Amino acid sequence: MAALSLKVNGRSHSVDAAPDTPLLYVLMDDLQLNGPKFGCGLAQCGSCTVLLNGEPIRSCVTPVSDAAGQEITTIEGLGTLEAPHPIQKAFIEEQAAQCGYCLSGIMLYGKTFIDQNPNATEQQIMEALGGLLCRCHTHVRMVRALARYAQEVRA
Amino acid sequence: MRTASSTKSNYPVAMTPDALAALENAGFSRRNFLKRAGALIVTFSMAGSARKLAAQSPVQRGTALNQVDSWIAIARDESITAYSGKCEFGQGFSTVQYQLIAEELNVPLDRITLIFCDTFLTPDQGVTSGSQSHPAEFGATGLRQALATAREALFQMASQQLNVPVDQLMVEDGVIKVTANPSRQMTYGQLIGSKTFNLTLNNRAVVKDPSRYSILGTSVPRYDIPAKVTGEYQYVQNVRVPGMLHGKVVRPPAVGAKVISVNEGSVSGLPGNVKVVVKNDFVGVVADKEWQAIQAAEALEVKWSQGDPLPDQQELYAWMRKQPTRDAYTVLAEDVDSMLKTAARVVSATYLHPYQMHGSLASSCAVADVRGSGSSATATIWSATQGVYPQRDSAAMVLGIPRENVRVIFVEGSGCYGINGADTVSYDAALLSQAVGKPVRVQFTRRDEMSGGENYGPAYVLDLRAGVDDKGQIIAWDYESWTLTKGGRPNATTPGNIITGALVGFPTPALVPARGNPPANYANNGNAASSYGAGVVAGRSGGTGNIRGERVLTHSIASPFFTGPLRSPARLQNTFANESFIDEVAASVKADPVEYRRRHLTDSRLIDVLNAAAKAADWDSRPSPKPGNARTGVVTGRGISCVLYEGDNGYCALVAEVQVDQETGRIVVKRLVASQDSGPVSNPDGLRNQMEGGVLQGMSRALREEVRWDEQAITSTHWRTYPVYQFGEPLPVVETVLVNRPDQPHMGAGECTITTVAAAIANAVFDATGARLRQIPFIPARVLLALRSRG
Repeated sequence: MAALSLKVNGRSHSVDAAPDTPLLYVLMDDLQLNGPKFGCGLAQCGSCTVLLNGEPIRSCVTPVSDAAGQEITTIEGLGTLEAPHPIQKAFIEEQAAQCGYCLSGIMLYGKTFIDQNPNATEQQIMEALGGLLCRCHTHVRMVRALARYAQEVRA
Repeated sequence: MRTASSTKSNYPVAMTPDALAALENAGFSRRNFLKRAGALIVTFSMAGSARKLAAQSPVQRGTALNQVDSWIAIARDESITAYSGKCEFGQGFSTVQYQLIAEELNVPLDRITLIFCDTFLTPDQGVTSGSQSHPAEFGATGLRQALATAREALFQMASQQLNVPVDQLMVEDGVIKVTANPSRQMTYGQLIGSKTFNLTLNNRAVVKDPSRYSILGTSVPRYDIPAKVTGEYQYVQNVRVPGMLHGKVVRPPAVGAKVISVNEGSVSGLPGNVKVVVKNDFVGVVADKEWQAIQAAEALEVKWSQGDPLPDQQELYAWMRKQPTRDAYTVLAEDVDSMLKTAARVVSATYLHPYQMHGSLASSCAVADVRGSGSSATATIWSATQGVYPQRDSAAMVLGIPRENVRVIFVEGSGCYGINGADTVSYDAALLSQAVGKPVRVQFTRRDEMSGGENYGPAYVLDLRAGVDDKGQIIAWDYESWTLTKGGRPNATTPGNIITGALVGFPTPALVPARGNPPANYANNGNAASSYGAGVVAGRSGGTGNIRGERVLTHSIASPFFTGPLRSPARLQNTFANESFIDEVAASVKADPVEYRRRHLTDSRLIDVLNAAAKAADWDSRPSPKPGNARTGVVTGRGISCVLYEGDNGYCALVAEVQVDQETGRIVVKRLVASQDSGPVSNPDGLRNQMEGGVLQGMSRALREEVRWDEQAITSTHWRTYPVYQFGEPLPVVETVLVNRPDQPHMGAGECTITTVAAAIANAVFDATGARLRQIPFIPARVLLALRSRG
């Protein structure tokens, strides 16, 4: 165990964890965040996605020591119920979820891609999300929500 | 934990203490209502509530199904608390229940709190499954009838207190008013506030006519989505109890392997106060932190016996035909053989369906807190189970404690689609908690979930034969299938129906071979009988078609793997065969697939959904295959299928348009047009969401999914070895057509469209190429094989 300093959603935390502990367990168990989730533990589904310095990573296979001292953002860090981020608003408007367990991956990869490619077509958005899973198969609505967000970014 | 007093909230802060306690006990800590575009988005956050729960002494309510008070409580502050045994898995049904409560009681949505699936608080409505939630809650003994009984009682009370006959009263927003003089009024809270109704459900209480609905029938946004997209929603994976430890299971490496010895010394040096728990063949570890538990589970040395011999997967379908069987007839017309002999033409085909898995996105998780011992022991289990009561009863047996002392509280996991690992992981957590005397959370690994957690949807072999007369009309339909079974839903007598129960030593009921008897009445619950049969049993016709010469025989055999309901269980496999076969027969007489189906259908609602899908898809009416398509390169085609789900629980039809690369064997589904009639539509957007997810999940199962194994063990243990449709692949255009029937009873919605997908795709591939796909999944190698064997 070692004391590590983590900066999550703009707040600093000191946690006591073995350096090889995957970041996800620290976020979920030690910091009690609900956004990043355990799906497979193998970087195959995307449920555990967080932003590390603005880039999406799979927190289930990222050692916590690799993330120490850097900017970590979970979907809680995008917006709140009272003031949702435009991408969260787009998902609410499109009712783009069933169980919603996959949302961290879809929203964070989607946001990163669209912020860099606001003119992307729905097909390009779909392709950019390659490697993510939604087992309720809510793909149609999620792509529509991301296209709505892209519209917002362009405006 | 945040408080309820957020700035935009019109949350009823002054809730009665019992309503608030019940709320918190059920896991709700906050409600927040956001107004948007005239509609209400109702959001909840369950963050932090579990912590509180463990410390509280339980408040147990009366939960008898026939008592109004089991379903509804109205407080003096006008807040309404409703209790239901139907859980939310992301299918959106709890939002429909909010709509139902608001509708029947004439109250605003934001006055309602719905508590569902907690054995200390909610009525025992069995399991949330099988597209039964709408029929149950809108049926004669469900939530709607309880609400109607309550409303009539409130009108009686108002009539007495205002001294005005009931028929001269009206209700608005929970206020009963004298119609002629609305200033004379009493609120629900004034009439009953915080008192009990003490009433039995009245099955003659008049429910609101669906044609007068103003809240049901509209697309009220889902109450849970805002909290889900902002990460505030608490899933069962996020339940945190003070002093909670983390457990992991160590499953047998081979199916049927037994523990020979466990070397506890192999983990003694590891950090985290590791404890090893062994009970017969159940093995688990507990540690302070999750990562420590994972490492301990990996390090623990267990010596296992050889497993059971498994059937060779290459020979599975031939093997299935040779096993002892338990038989059941759905229909048995005596003259089928003679009609097949005299028919102008006989068509036959065999269809094969593999084992498939739920493959829930979340590996299953549960938290359990088992305290004390003997008859005074208590257990609280937070679980994503489909049935809190059956789990309470079976977990009590597994723990050896009285079931009255077990409380099961539902907390949503990821979408489940049937018996995923939710029940078995709940036993795991409970056993580990009992062994260490502290609350324990168990989160499965992906391997645990896929190869040691869930009950698979079983494989099928289906033989079909049809006799056709000289006019092209089908006169005989002969169906014979083989499927496998082991275990199923756990209940009070069968904890061994799921993996952990069996590992600790509870027997899994064995299949007893038996011959089938002629049926006593027509029940097509598994959709073994096609839509085109007349379903004549005991002189009465129960089917949706006109083929009277019908024989439908299903053989069940013992499965080497645990099986159970997987979204559209049996119905999906049967409908793949039946709806492919009707297409084959239509092609054999050169008939248009839609017209040929209509020619054999008698049920006008099924015909209507068939026509609706065909019309919306701009169906190209002609026989298949498509004339002029080349035998090389990329070609396109269209196919259709339809079903009356469970023989009486939702009509749907689907048109699939596909593109087939005849060089690679790759199928790309371009467009899916689904129509559905489930009676009155409660929430149009919610229904579309279910239909869209159903068709894409069905596409994934048709094109990709197959559980695989070797001599000893399941080898489909993660998403590379059990591939499913994913982001990044071509997305079909998905269109939905709702056929609303406000004048008809409510039917199921969740499993209808998925049932039709495999056949619609296979039929479209035939239309495009002239090659018939009869084995799921339609992987490129199999498509190429079918293309090569074209006549």
